[in-house]
Amino acid sequence: MSASDKFRDYATKHGAMMIVMALCVLISIPIFTIVASLGGDSDGVWQHLADTLLWEYIIQSLALMLGVGLLVLVLGVGPAWLVTMTRFPGSRILEWALVLPLAMPAYIIAYTYTGMLDVSGPVQGFIRDTFGLRFEDYWFPQIRSLGGAVTMLALVLYPYVYLLSRMAFLEQSICVLEVSRTLGAGPWKAFSSIAVPLARPAIIAGLALVLMETLADYGTVQYFGLSTFTTGIFRTWFGMGSATAAAQLCVVLMMFILILVIAEQWSRSRAQYHHTSTKYSRLAQIPLHGWCKWLAVICCTLPVLLGFLVPFLQLVWWSWDTRYLVDFSAFSWLLFNSLRLAATAAVIALVLGLTIVYVKRLQPTLLMRSSFRVLSLGYAIPGTVIAVGVLIPFAWFDNTLDGWMQSRFGISTGLLLSGTLVALVFAYVVRFLPVAMNTLDAGLTKIRPSMDDAGRSMGFGSWQILRRIHVPMLRGSLLTASLLVFVDVMKELPATLILRPFNFNTLAIRTYELANQERLTEAASSALMIVLAGIIPVIIISLSISGSRPGHDSRA
Amino acid sequence: MRKWLVAKCSSVVLLACLVMMTPLLASEVNVYSAREENLIKPILDSFSKQTGIKVNLITGGADELITRMGLEAGNSPADLLLTVDVGRLLRAKQMDLLQSLRSDVLEAEIPSQYRDSAGYWFGVSLRSRVIVYDKQRVDPATLSTYEALSEPTWRGKVCLRSSSNIYNQSLTAAMLSHHGVEATEAWARGLVANFARNPQGGDRDQIAAVAIGQCQIAIVNTYYLAGMLNATGRAERGQAAQVGVFWPNQQDRGAHINISGAGLARFAPNKDNAVRLLEFMISDEAQIWYAETNNEYPVRAGVPVSAILKQWGEFKADPLALEQLGIHNAEAVRLMDRAGWR
Repeated sequence: MSASDKFRDYATKHGAMMIVMALCVLISIPIFTIVASLGGDSDGVWQHLADTLLWEYIIQSLALMLGVGLLVLVLGVGPAWLVTMTRFPGSRILEWALVLPLAMPAYIIAYTYTGMLDVSGPVQGFIRDTFGLRFEDYWFPQIRSLGGAVTMLALVLYPYVYLLSRMAFLEQSICVLEVSRTLGAGPWKAFSSIAVPLARPAIIAGLALVLMETLADYGTVQYFGLSTFTTGIFRTWFGMGSATAAAQLCVVLMMFILILVIAEQWSRSRAQYHHTSTKYSRLAQIPLHGWCKWLAVICCTLPVLLGFLVPFLQLVWWSWDTRYLVDFSAFSWLLFNSLRLAATAAVIALVLGLTIVYVKRLQPTLLMRSSFRVLSLGYAIPGTVIAVGVLIPFAWFDNTLDGWMQSRFGISTGLLLSGTLVALVFAYVVRFLPVAMNTLDAGLTKIRPSMDDAGRSMGFGSWQILRRIHVPMLRGSLLTASLLVFVDVMKELPATLILRPFNFNTLAIRTYELANQERLTEAASSALMIVLAGIIPVIIISLSISGSRPGHDSRA
Repeated sequence: MRKWLVAKCSSVVLLACLVMMTPLLASEVNVYSAREENLIKPILDSFSKQTGIKVNLITGGADELITRMGLEAGNSPADLLLTVDVGRLLRAKQMDLLQSLRSDVLEAEIPSQYRDSAGYWFGVSLRSRVIVYDKQRVDPATLSTYEALSEPTWRGKVCLRSSSNIYNQSLTAAMLSHHGVEATEAWARGLVANFARNPQGGDRDQIAAVAIGQCQIAIVNTYYLAGMLNATGRAERGQAAQVGVFWPNQQDRGAHINISGAGLARFAPNKDNAVRLLEFMISDEAQIWYAETNNEYPVRAGVPVSAILKQWGEFKADPLALEQLGIHNAEAVRLMDRAGWR
């Protein structure tokens, strides 16, 4: 067999694999671009950072992650269990309402609460006026602080954990739980030693998303004046003009996430979680009574109230207040732009995510697993950094092509891709693909490998198995993944700002520009539009999950 | 056969791309603006109406726009770069992204300290950074200079926003070029020691903090205070009314000034139109609009200012050549880091 035959043989066998690898490489180009800029000379800036602020960045970022992580577990897992397994007043509404804060961008909730609770805001003003106090005379929690940032981020990010853990609880076979009950475990024991450990991959997947989003957040930490990695990167890059030192900070940030991801995989390596029983019966929800009932109501209402309702009403109030100042004529156009970008990115991320996750399941080679990890990093990298990581290779490609075409044919192709929506959507995919991948991966790992075997024994090829077995079983995860990406893109700001073409605006940009001029009340109406446009997909996600459980459909 | 097909297909695709990408030959000008859309679009629209030249606009952070221009290199569509501080214009010049421009109109109308000596950038409006004080608790007679704010008498009484903010960086850069590193660092340390709270929020938040008594003094850009005085919310207007404006350093060099300005992109494809737009920006119409809408000071002498600005009176401006702010920016940031100004 000649070498070319060998190659052809290999290619037909592993063709799909090679295409996927090529895709993975393509999508990780921006991430590698950032790593590559490490090579430059930081001109003493790195030393300066190490001397002054580096430890502060590390400590504040860690503290932020720890705080947000703990709080989202409390706000996410508990309510997910309660609304899935028990009945109490309002539980049917809270079931989907608990996801609503997902529609609220972190920077908007931060602006809103600051407007209300800051020293100069109406709440403290009321306290001063009512009791005739001056500023120093009373204690009030400082909203612009680490604790404030933790609270703000947790309030809008907990739905990731809620969604994924609720999905896991719903998909758990009731048999396992019933067995635990017959063995004498109380409901609490069933929760803590059966349901939660079984749902662990899902909970961790949600937590990973939250932590990455926390690390990548710029708007909130910057507004609150914290010194975290993201604010550090911006300051180093733009204030000191050192792209190299900024890239170095960025790589340290990525290390954080890599350690996190690897630690999680390692801790899970001994155990595999698959559903062992196909016997699903309708969940018997336990009705709660007495103080338990009211405790559950409070536990599940508080996150919705603080994470959604209060800031939402404040935005409505401000919008009403400034209705004469705001130019509403452009809104339909802004909304249309936001929606079409979000939809395009969501579809692409879904297709790519499913392909990658499935190939990883088929061939969990070291290469595949490591490229999965590299791609996962995208979510933890601040949007601006991703944007520049996209700009560099795109502009290089355009300029090289232009040079080649000019020398060869005397035609200028100009900037073919940079400054077009292609570049922008590519950036979204790099940034938000991990959301789709994590969600789908969590779904796919729960499908037993014997399902694949069964498919194969029926003579199905790999892609047929995906299409006829996995996709129908993953319906809930697929919907969730695409809508999560959709909502994330709706809220995205920094990458959109840099990469967009001429005369192209979105709702997030309009909101930011007004907020940036410190005209918070005028920014409220476009912020409100983002939230409203996000609510619908969020509710769809929520409702579809309840419907996705075998034996839990509405007809039962 | 197959190869031929591939070649044919790809050339068709390429041609289609070319047709799509060829800039329309209509008269237009492309603007990369760090000034937000609502603070520039009305002027651009008025320009289009008067000249028939279409203006294409991208807004964004100045640093991001500069990065984008640099990467787009020779194919960049940008004609004009607009920023809201001089440091970024200077950075763009240093990165070789601008070209020098000779215009009799611009040189005659813009005072020389507010434009580049070689014509790489031009100021179009002025923004002054002043001291605001609590009218009830601070006697303006006790105020004098930026330097004096680092004295121990003001311990725990000063509010300032973060050193990540470009206006604070420029202020510190100005101090650096007047006093050198050592004296400026000592000043910054003294100032940090006088902070009433950790730096946070924007300029409006500093004004509010003075109004409610968390601090007595803040350093802010004047148009933020004017914006609060014009705000829709009664609370905000009330807070703004409680603070007074003090023009610092009137006995010596004058108050710190920054500009919003513009430079002609090095590879500008529509150079003539860009120059016309730049000249339009210092016309009476545009200058009055800046003053009325955003309460900035016109860069041209003799243009009427808004009622609020009039009420704050005339002031002496620091004659420092604004290039100095850009030259000292990076050093200023490091200095503030060392001084613990977060």
